[in-house]
Amino acid sequence: MTALIDTPNLADHDGFYAELLAVHRGLSEAQSHALNAQLILILANHVGDRKVLSEALKLARQGFEAG
Amino acid sequence: MPYDYKPYDYVAPPGLTGPEPRHPVIVVGAGPIGLAMALELANFGIASVILDDNNVVSVGSRAICWSKRSLEILDRLGVGDRCVKKGVTWKVGRTFHRDCEVFNFDLLPEEGHKMPAFVNLQQYYVEEYLVEQAQANDLIDLRFKNKVTDVSQNPDFATVQAETPDGVYTLEAEYVIACDGAKSPIREMMGLDFDGELFEERFLIADIEMLADAPSERWFWFEPTFHPGQSALMHKQPDNIYRIDLQLGWNAKPDEEKKPENVIPRIEKVVGHSDFKLDWVSVYTFQCRRLGRFVHDRVIFVGDSAHIVSPFGARGGNGGLQDVDNLGWKLAAVLESRANSALLETYNDERIHGADENILNSARATKFMTPADGVERLFRDQVLALAGKARFARGWVNSGRLSVPCVYPLKAPDDPALPRAARPGAVAPDAPQRSDWLLTQLGRRPVVLALGCDVAPVRGAEILHPDVNDWVRRRYMGEAAKAVYVIRPDQVVAARWPYVDGKAVQAAVDAIWRVQG
Repeated sequence: MTALIDTPNLADHDGFYAELLAVHRGLSEAQSHALNAQLILILANHVGDRKVLSEALKLARQGFEAG
Repeated sequence: MPYDYKPYDYVAPPGLTGPEPRHPVIVVGAGPIGLAMALELANFGIASVILDDNNVVSVGSRAICWSKRSLEILDRLGVGDRCVKKGVTWKVGRTFHRDCEVFNFDLLPEEGHKMPAFVNLQQYYVEEYLVEQAQANDLIDLRFKNKVTDVSQNPDFATVQAETPDGVYTLEAEYVIACDGAKSPIREMMGLDFDGELFEERFLIADIEMLADAPSERWFWFEPTFHPGQSALMHKQPDNIYRIDLQLGWNAKPDEEKKPENVIPRIEKVVGHSDFKLDWVSVYTFQCRRLGRFVHDRVIFVGDSAHIVSPFGARGGNGGLQDVDNLGWKLAAVLESRANSALLETYNDERIHGADENILNSARATKFMTPADGVERLFRDQVLALAGKARFARGWVNSGRLSVPCVYPLKAPDDPALPRAARPGAVAPDAPQRSDWLLTQLGRRPVVLALGCDVAPVRGAEILHPDVNDWVRRRYMGEAAKAVYVIRPDQVVAARWPYVDGKAVQAAVDAIWRVQG
C-alpha cells in the first residue's frame, strides 16, 4: 500500500515553484482559482490512488479552522 | 397520441356489509410498486388486497426509465415483454456542455442479456399493464377508491380503516405493505421521521408531443445556450412523447412556471420550434430522504414511501422494484411459516443498504448539477472545462449515474478466482441458453448452478446444469474449470465455489432462509 510521500520527492522543486507562479501570470484571481482547480483534478487523476489522495486532502486541511 | 386515461370501476367492498376474514396481506397503493408487490406475492401463492385511493393510472409520465433489472423483475410478473415492445429502448447517454458533447456512456456494451439496459416507458403504461395482470389474478383483490384513513398495529396483525364512496370499513391483515408513495399517508399516520437532505433547486418537467427524428438516447446539457446557466434533459418516450426537464433555480415559483404561457416559450428554445403540444407539466424539488427503518412490526414500507431520491439516476421506480424483489420471497416464507419473521429484518437491512447507495449517488449527481456558489461551483465548472481538453475528466461529468442493482453485503462463501460481477450479494448475471435465458430458468426459487461439474441432490433447491457457453463461462467461471453457485429466490448470488463441496452447498441453501449472525 502506497502512503502519501510527505518527505522531499521532487528534485527541482524551486524550478517547479517558479513555473507554478509563472503559469498564473496575466490571470485574474478568479482565473487563477479556476486554473488551480483544474490542476488539482489533473494531478489527482495522475496519482490515481484513492488512499493517497485522501491523505493529501487531510494534510492540506491540517491547521485550517472552519472559517 | 397522448394517453387515454380510462377510470377503473369501483366495486363496493364486502367489508362494508360485514366483517371480512383476516387477509394475509394488504397492499396500500396501486402504483407500479404496489401492483408489482401484489403480483410478486401472488406468484408465491400469497393472496392480497390492494387498496388505492384513486381509480386511474398515474397522470403524467413520472417514472420513465426502467432499468435492466426492473425489466427482469417485470418479466417475472408477466409484463416485461410488453414493456420492452411498447417502450423506447436505449443505452447511450450523451452529455453536453454549452453546445459541445463532453461525455457519453453506453450502459450495456455487451450482448447476451434478455433485457436491454433501459427502456423509456411512461409510468401510466407500466401501471396499466400491471393492473391488467392483477385483475386477471385470482389471488389479488384490487380495490379502487378505497382510501386508507387509519392503520393500527396489533401483536400479530394490523388493522386498516378505508374510506369508500359508500362509507368506511375496517379490515385486518397479517402484514400491511405501504406502497403509498413519496408523500405516504401511512408514514404520516404512524408519525415516522423521514430524514435526509432537501436540495434548494427546482426543476420543471414536461411531456410534449411532437413529430421528431431524435435518436433513442438520453441527452443532458450543462449550461446550454438555449437555457443559459442551467441544466436540461431530453428523453424520448413512446407515442412521440418527449420528456424535458429544465432546471429553474430555487427562486422559481412553481405555480407560475407551470402555466403554459411560461412553459411553452422555454420548450420552444429547447426544441427550436413551436410545432409541439404540451401534454403534462410539473415542478419538483430535489430530495434525498429515507425512513430510519423500513419494517415496523406488521407494517412494511416499500418504494417511495420508504425512500426518495432526486431524479436523473432513475433510482426511484427502479429502487422500488428492487425492494419488491427482495421482500416478496421473504414475506411469502414468513407467512407460510417456512421462515422465522426475523427473515424480514434482512429486507430491512438489505434495502436500507440499497437505498443508501441510491441516495449517495443521487446526492452526488445533484451536487454536480446544482452546485452551491463558491468552491462547489468552481470545481463543477472546471470539471466541465477540463472535459473539453482532457479525456479523463469526461467521466467525472456527473449528469446522473444510472440505476444498477446494489450488491448486498453478504457474509458468504466466495472465491476471488471467480468473476467479480457474479460475487455473493450481486444479482446473478443473465446469459443466453439455447432458446431461453439463464434468468428465466432461475425463476424465483433457490437454485444450485452446477457449471462444468455435478452436484449431489440438495434439500430445498433445484440443481440446474445450464449450457456452459462462452457467456456463462465469462460471467460465472472466468478461468475456473468448474463452479458451483447457490442462488436465492430473488436471483441474488448467495454463495459460490470453484469446486464441489456438497456439505457447504447444503449449508448455503439452508442459510438462505435464516438470518445471518
